[in-house]
Amino acid sequence: MEKKTAAVKMRNITKRFGSIVANDKCWLDIYRGEILALLGENGSGKTTLMNMLSGIYFPDEGQITIDGKDVVIRSPKDAFDLGIGMIHQHFKLVDVLTAAENIVLGLEGKLDLKAASARIREICDTYGFEVDPDQKIYDMSVSQKQTVEIVKVLYRGADILILDEPTAVLTPQETDKLFTVLRNMRDDNKAVVIITHKMHEVEALSDRVAVLRHGQFIGDMLTKDTNAQEMTNMMVGRPVTLNIDRPEPKDPKPRILVEGLTVRSMDGIVKLDDVSFTANAGEILGIAGISGCGQKELLEAIAGLQPTEAGSIRYVEDDGTEEELLGKDPLSIAEMGVTLSFVPEDRLGMGLVGNMDLADNMMLRSFRRGKSLFTDRRTPKKLAETVVQELEVNTPGVSTPVRRLSGGNVQKVLVGREIAAAPTVLLTAYAVRGLDINSSYMIYDLINRQKAAGVAVIYVGEDLDVLLELADRILVLCGGKVSGIVPGRGATKRKVGLMMTKLGGDTQDA
Amino acid sequence: MFDILSFLPRAVMQGIPLLLGSTGETLTEKSGNLNLGIPGVMYVGAICGVIGSFLYEQKVPADQMNAVLAVGIPMVCCLVGSLLMGLLYCFLTVTLRANQNVTGLALTTFGVGFGNFFGGSIIKLVDSEVPSIVLSATNRYFSASLPFASKLGVVGKVLFSYGFLAYIAVIIAIIASYVLNRTRTGLHLRAVGENPQTADAAGINVVKYKYMATCLGSMIAGLGGLYYVMDYAAGIWSNNAFGDRGWLAIALVIFTVWKPSWGILSSFLFGGLYILHQYIPSGMNLAVKELYKMIPYVVTIIVLIITSMRNKRESQPPASLGLPYFREER
Repeated sequence: MEKKTAAVKMRNITKRFGSIVANDKCWLDIYRGEILALLGENGSGKTTLMNMLSGIYFPDEGQITIDGKDVVIRSPKDAFDLGIGMIHQHFKLVDVLTAAENIVLGLEGKLDLKAASARIREICDTYGFEVDPDQKIYDMSVSQKQTVEIVKVLYRGADILILDEPTAVLTPQETDKLFTVLRNMRDDNKAVVIITHKMHEVEALSDRVAVLRHGQFIGDMLTKDTNAQEMTNMMVGRPVTLNIDRPEPKDPKPRILVEGLTVRSMDGIVKLDDVSFTANAGEILGIAGISGCGQKELLEAIAGLQPTEAGSIRYVEDDGTEEELLGKDPLSIAEMGVTLSFVPEDRLGMGLVGNMDLADNMMLRSFRRGKSLFTDRRTPKKLAETVVQELEVNTPGVSTPVRRLSGGNVQKVLVGREIAAAPTVLLTAYAVRGLDINSSYMIYDLINRQKAAGVAVIYVGEDLDVLLELADRILVLCGGKVSGIVPGRGATKRKVGLMMTKLGGDTQDA
Repeated sequence: MFDILSFLPRAVMQGIPLLLGSTGETLTEKSGNLNLGIPGVMYVGAICGVIGSFLYEQKVPADQMNAVLAVGIPMVCCLVGSLLMGLLYCFLTVTLRANQNVTGLALTTFGVGFGNFFGGSIIKLVDSEVPSIVLSATNRYFSASLPFASKLGVVGKVLFSYGFLAYIAVIIAIIASYVLNRTRTGLHLRAVGENPQTADAAGINVVKYKYMATCLGSMIAGLGGLYYVMDYAAGIWSNNAFGDRGWLAIALVIFTVWKPSWGILSSFLFGGLYILHQYIPSGMNLAVKELYKMIPYVVTIIVLIITSMRNKRESQPPASLGLPYFREER
């Protein structure tokens, strides 16, 4: 490999948030014509480091050098001027504006949307995007929004691109498309940095990997010289096993019977159409599907949160008696003696209260217990301490508001609380979204332990590789309909991917 | 009988303070600042104008007054007074990130008290029979209509019989609408109010836009107070006479779904509804009159219900309205 000079050099960067040190004397080199994968566990300071490069945060200490020149990046505008563009995990787009308006946002000069639209089309043609400049953001799918974000940074002439977990919300097909685009950019001699937790993506896409741990730079190497095991060990700081266990289900028997379930949204759109399946105790039922295909409605219907139009959801007791769950709210379901645990997609919206501390969030499930006039605060506090210890939640203490924690730690708190309730049915939606590999495996392990304990687990996932390794059976949803139920053992990614986009999948291929 | 010819100009004159108030508040809200201090700002704008012109009238006899000074002094006083209110609001909510609702309500309480205190003080000073300040000399300049207006009959009366501030109010609304929808400044301002994180990441100076929009909005709203006293009320200040027009201006912002251009006709409609009770024969039954006075508020509630039900994204308030912004918030 020829000697390249770094486009970006970050040296001894330190950033503190109050008492928390996000980055501690961190180093990083970014080269042109190369895709760099930035790896690290949740809270290891990847996003913070990139935010300092893109001017969102200002480093407390350290020096950034661009193309050999020392620079000070005070604001996002400074970053643009240096050719740095970042695509954030949470899209920075204004919903009520059009694509073109969002793309020219923040630029100077007279507002000429027609000229802007023409240039946007030009960029789209160069790299193979599809963007309608006049479409409003709120009418767009997640992948369209992401495309707008990428066009936005290219429009500003960025040649150093940073993408923070860009594939978290994409389907496999959309991910492939994005990777093609990123490779085009690399071949165009741009520097690309991608933050991701998915090892197979790192291996498929990147040229080089850099690993951070606890805010410090651990090392970097060429992707072709390393493997997932080595990278993970570096991230975690000790050897980790990377295989997801899938024990044979012990004595599976029906627990939840869903028949002909139909759900209509408030606007009258059919979200679930005649969905029928059985979830067995002691088994993990994986649910695959493009996001927004009814996964949320399905889980919420079972949890008693979603009004339904037709069908039935029956709970089967150990002795074989069946009880209807539909038409009951969560409280009356609990009073029936059914312990449903629900880990919703929207962690801080439905699962936890961001402004309350860990102990109080634990109490949300237990405050009704006890006869006394006052609530019992001691038990939840103990539970919070146990969860923090056992799941290695990174928090200053149990009296920290949950919103201060990083995404992965929030998820651990939520899962910990739900599992502590000793459920018979566990519903999880995107349980590992945004979680690093170590935490993800911890969650898989927890789910497997629930399965071994005879819990019926319904696992909505987005990472097909994981679903294929974890689930005993996979139910594929496509546009609210059941596209098929396949056994997890032996299913291929391609087949499930096709079933996600087309009812029943491609029969020729099956 | 319903006298439409005298009703229309009265409705317009009632509407002008509301129009200025709502244009100012719309600009403010577009930056994400919910300034509930607008009624107070309008009060302060009015009383500052009154103080300025009172001092000028005391100094110079009515027949020696200079038209430019007679108009300019109260105008400048009014603008400075309302600007200070806007700055105070911004300092508290943007720089110190205080709660916007609490700050706004405090400013309203403060503004009304400030107006009544200085109004009362001047009333004491002039030692008048009635509890009001009469600035009839200044009023002559503010309410002067175009000389040919009275010769044009009906057209003249409906279209050209108002003081200059009324036309300025309409022009401001048109300019505000143009700036918001057609210029880069407007685009940036809308982005700040919708999603300050995004605006910031796009390199827009969020704090600057919030300050500028709020201060400018306050100054425009302040002019509404000045118009009320100098033109509508014929230069007579009495404590609390301005009433709840400030709140009505905020209601008008919702009614016009944050569009200043709609504000022009809507404000006249509100003005009409506001005085409707004086034109509908209700006999001796005063309770009925009180019911008519409710109409503008009822209409606003109905509009809120309709816009919320239709759930069209463009007719919703700016998404981050009322929320403070701090870049490094975690």
